Amino acid sequence: MRLRLEARPAPSRAMRYLSPLVATALTVVAGFIVFSGLGREPLAAFHAFFVRPVSSLNGLAELVLKASPLMLIATGLAIGYRANVWNIGAEGQLILGAIFGGGLALAFPGAESRWFLVLMVLAGATGGLLWAAIPALLRNRFNTNEILVSLMLVYVATLLLSYLVHGPWRDPQGFNFPQSRMFADAALYPILAEPTRLNAGFLVALGAVACGWLFIERSFLGYQMRVAGLAEAAARYAGFSSGRTVWIGMLAGGAAAGIAGVGEVAGPIGQLTSSVSPGYGFAAIIVAFVGRLNPVGIVFASLLMSLLYLGGESAQMELRLPSAITGLFQGMLLFFLLGSDVLVHYRVRLLPRAPAPREEAAA
Amino acid sequence: MHMPSNFGKAIIGAALALALAGGAAAQQPLKIGFVYVTPIGSAGWTFQHELGRREMEKALGAKVATKHVENVAEGADAERVIRELATSGHTLVFTTSFGYMNPTIKVAKSFPKVAFEHATGYKRDTNVGTYNARFYEGRYLTGIVAGKMTKSNVAGYVAAFPIPEVLQGINAFTRGMRSVNPKAEVKVIWVNSWYDPGREREAATTLISQGADVIAQHTDSTAPVQAAEDKGVYAIGYHSDMSKFGPKAHLTASTHQWGAFYTKVAQDALAGKHKPSNLWGGIKDGMVKLAPINPVVPKEVQDMVAKAEADLRSGKLHAFAGPVKDQAGKVRVPAGKSMPDDQLAAMDYYVEGVQGQLPKK
Amino acid sequence: MTELLVPIVVATLAAGTPLVFAALGELVAEKSGVLNLGVEGMMLVGAIAAFAATVASGSAWVGVLAGMLAGAAMSFVFAVLALTLQANQVAAGLALSLFGLGLSAFAGKPLESVALQAPQAVPVPLLSEIPLLGPMLFSHQPLVYLSWLMAVLVSLFLYRSRAGLVLRAVGESPASATAIGYPAIAIRYLATLFGGAMAGIAGAFLSIVYTPMWVEGMTAGRGWIALALVVFATWRPARVLAGAYLFGGVTMLQFFAQGAGVAVASQLLSSLPYLATIVVLVLISRNPHTIRLNAPVSLGKPYHPDA
Repeated sequence: MRLRLEARPAPSRAMRYLSPLVATALTVVAGFIVFSGLGREPLAAFHAFFVRPVSSLNGLAELVLKASPLMLIATGLAIGYRANVWNIGAEGQLILGAIFGGGLALAFPGAESRWFLVLMVLAGATGGLLWAAIPALLRNRFNTNEILVSLMLVYVATLLLSYLVHGPWRDPQGFNFPQSRMFADAALYPILAEPTRLNAGFLVALGAVACGWLFIERSFLGYQMRVAGLAEAAARYAGFSSGRTVWIGMLAGGAAAGIAGVGEVAGPIGQLTSSVSPGYGFAAIIVAFVGRLNPVGIVFASLLMSLLYLGGESAQMELRLPSAITGLFQGMLLFFLLGSDVLVHYRVRLLPRAPAPREEAAA
Repeated sequence: MHMPSNFGKAIIGAALALALAGGAAAQQPLKIGFVYVTPIGSAGWTFQHELGRREMEKALGAKVATKHVENVAEGADAERVIRELATSGHTLVFTTSFGYMNPTIKVAKSFPKVAFEHATGYKRDTNVGTYNARFYEGRYLTGIVAGKMTKSNVAGYVAAFPIPEVLQGINAFTRGMRSVNPKAEVKVIWVNSWYDPGREREAATTLISQGADVIAQHTDSTAPVQAAEDKGVYAIGYHSDMSKFGPKAHLTASTHQWGAFYTKVAQDALAGKHKPSNLWGGIKDGMVKLAPINPVVPKEVQDMVAKAEADLRSGKLHAFAGPVKDQAGKVRVPAGKSMPDDQLAAMDYYVEGVQGQLPKK
Repeated sequence: MTELLVPIVVATLAAGTPLVFAALGELVAEKSGVLNLGVEGMMLVGAIAAFAATVASGSAWVGVLAGMLAGAAMSFVFAVLALTLQANQVAAGLALSLFGLGLSAFAGKPLESVALQAPQAVPVPLLSEIPLLGPMLFSHQPLVYLSWLMAVLVSLFLYRSRAGLVLRAVGESPASATAIGYPAIAIRYLATLFGGAMAGIAGAFLSIVYTPMWVEGMTAGRGWIALALVVFATWRPARVLAGAYLFGGVTMLQFFAQGAGVAVASQLLSSLPYLATIVVLVLISRNPHTIRLNAPVSLGKPYHPDA
């Protein structure tokens, strides 16, 4: 007996909604095996992982706080991904956003106006935009692969930030520790719900996701870009410029990541340090795919991703599991989510004979 | 949403703290939280804090209930973990990395009843204390060992970042070496990472190939000690006793001992008389200790080290007793004086005997 | 000067070796059109598997074998997702890195305090006697020689064998390859597994030869550097070798300069390999002819025979 995938004539609507459930079911089974194997009560472990982190107002606020940069970046990236423009350097664009926005805050420590924050967001967006413009320009001018260029620029951005906080932007009163001065209050996002840390950056993220949704689902340009993604030749035939597609696709992700960078330094961090992001730029790529490149799906996927981080911490505190369990569990869940998407476009058939040159472990 | 229950928990936590403060017989154990910056591992900075936590648990038994979270990134995540510990009824929280300073201060403002103790920082508050150790005192002693054991008169030093704490270590080590061997010199390589075994090893082998026959380190992995073992030269461990990673190479190590401090703070909190610490403890306070000295080190050298240790403890000796000259020959501390703490805390130069220049700012 | 040169070259070759293995493996996978961003994760799992097997068996070679198998097993997970289940390769690769970091850290807990002795270098008879060149090139760990051999073999396979031609054809256009009757998916599976196995050996080199120890996250980003290296080398095995030593050499040069008392702006120097990679990429991409000669056209694009 062997499993075989057959393309569906049209993507299955039912499976679009069912496949996340399949993935969840598989995760539960896998989690059951893992936790039992570790000698932990699986139900208690699930509770610690998925329920406890969000069973308080503060927990919910933290969930949303951590999901904000993810949904913001993932939406920006999805605009490009739908058009087959592969920006995987959002981490670097986020860092540039933090440098531009944070640099502004450091340059005007006496700022008091509320509008200053708007300027910072714009500066951050510009930073991300400029960093994303490099791979876009190179792709359009020299046909350079944007996946690879954007990835290379992540390292350069990390080193640039490291140089700044170790050198010229180091806090002169900070005993030579590699971090900048703290930002003035006007350069910080206002808190939405005391005593939690949830700040106005969440609203910015939501607004950006809404704009992304309008662009993708309701605008002619968004439609053109989707066509370009599905059939490049057809798009060219219809007179859509592929150069413009690349520009928009890259810059959308760059600007979103830049704004997310400002959100981190003007939000929970409040200064520039050598590590402004725990890998949000990369996590957002996974979020974009788990959310099926759809802004609504991305919101849910970002909340799930955020929950997995919080759950890992909670499992440490409650069950004394090492922090490594987080990555293990995250990886598994993402495998299942990514894998079960196959059901949307393909149906699984059981074939009677097995002349298989290879084993296929279909979900 | 279970908002009320959680607020309830916070109130119970606060009430508990008050009850303890009033000296009432504690039914409930004192809940203590620890935040670690890396995985615990089996040697290094975090591992020593974990040993301290275990020592405290052992000493106080059922009177305390501790919880620790490892591998908490400095930055936005740290504040959440600290806050979570405070919210879930921990009335004493130790945050054990410099990068937790601002998050600790922020959380402390929302939890005035919770006592926070932050390692290696410089910001304090009514409920935030800081504690740190005079690691440089241990460095000075290991320098004496290195100065006596080197044949090439060159020691290599694998260092992470040029912050004052690391520079204090390099300089104290150099002064220790030169106190017994005026010809001794120290070469430094900055690996720009607290923790990257590959690079640490590369730096150590580079130093060895440039003539260093004793390797010291201010990084987190045991790679430099292992490199020294393989190349047949000596090594000085740091943070932890690293002798099992280089039985022949490892001469001794300057180790961190937090157990007594953690126990004392917890006892004070139990007795309701805890005040935020402002402690920079050294050999005298038992926070810095030498690991057992390798038997290859001659008896007379071991005695020399023991004498210097006693003098450091009694205050007769200071690792930065004047005259302290920097590389350029400028006198930083005149003869007859010792370097004051504020000057120590802002150290940004190499002393005489360190080769090379500090990386440009 | 020469007494300085020998240690610099020896150290550089050792530093470059894990990059050579990981990048050669990724190169073959990419030549078949598969972009697996999970190299870091595969290296880590290879590293812990190798370390555990070496500790258990006492033999470094058993360790290398275990690392190789573990890396291949990891890449199999990726292959099932990206090749059979048609998941996006970028996302699946990133998830693999995340998973590998977690899995290796978790599995490695009991081994954190174990110390291994680095195996002795094995000088090549006769060749190692040559003045200057002998100590520089022929007094290394066996895996260093193996990495050279692999570079030659991969090069011969890709450009001198029929199977290599087929593999490259799949990387150019899996649809055309299928049309002529080649099992494109099966070939991509094999290429991906090879990539995993090589990443596993790279991890094994780090954990049982280079450092030698096991600690969480010990690859410290070398898997990502290997990815850059493949591009820098324009998908040519010989250039992978040169690039790996250049990438490794930048660090060693920094260290030697520092040890000799010269201060360097380390961030600028460290970013040079990445900037150079971009420049190389621009140079080969600007001309449609050169890019076709080098980069696999269908890199990262999903393919299913039914689609």
